[in-house]
Amino acid sequence: MNFENQGIIKRLADQYGPENLAVVLGNGDAQGAEVFAETVTQGDPTYAGPLAGVPLKIPVYHVLEDEVMAVVPEKLREERLQLSSLVIDVEPMRQVLQASREKL
Amino acid sequence: MLKGKKVIAIGERDGVPGPVIAECLGGAGLEVIFQVTECFV
Repeated sequence: MNFENQGIIKRLADQYGPENLAVVLGNGDAQGAEVFAETVTQGDPTYAGPLAGVPLKIPVYHVLEDEVMAVVPEKLREERLQLSSLVIDVEPMRQVLQASREKL
Repeated sequence: MLKGKKVIAIGERDGVPGPVIAECLGGAGLEVIFQVTECFV
């Protein structure tokens, strides 16, 4: 995750409290989702950005996970997410993110 | 799960972009406080 966005997330966590936040990803592959999730739960895995050594423990979901899709109004789901759900294999990401959430 | 949480939407260029996530979650009545589209390489 780029350093600018890490800095913004750190600031938002300071402002609102990490326990009041959730991150929703839109990654196209599980590898990227895993790195992003690690960054906002355990800290920046590259140890170079503002979140290095900062375990915010924010729960992370993917927008195409069933739990998230279920709350999106049907019209928006069909118009904005249906195509992505056909080309993105969400199952590997669901597994990675569920494991990440269980560790919190 | 997401109810009552302030949401940070981190989209990806090769996946679902941030503004789309924000639009969908906003439509669900959730408060999206930051959205961005990253490029994971």
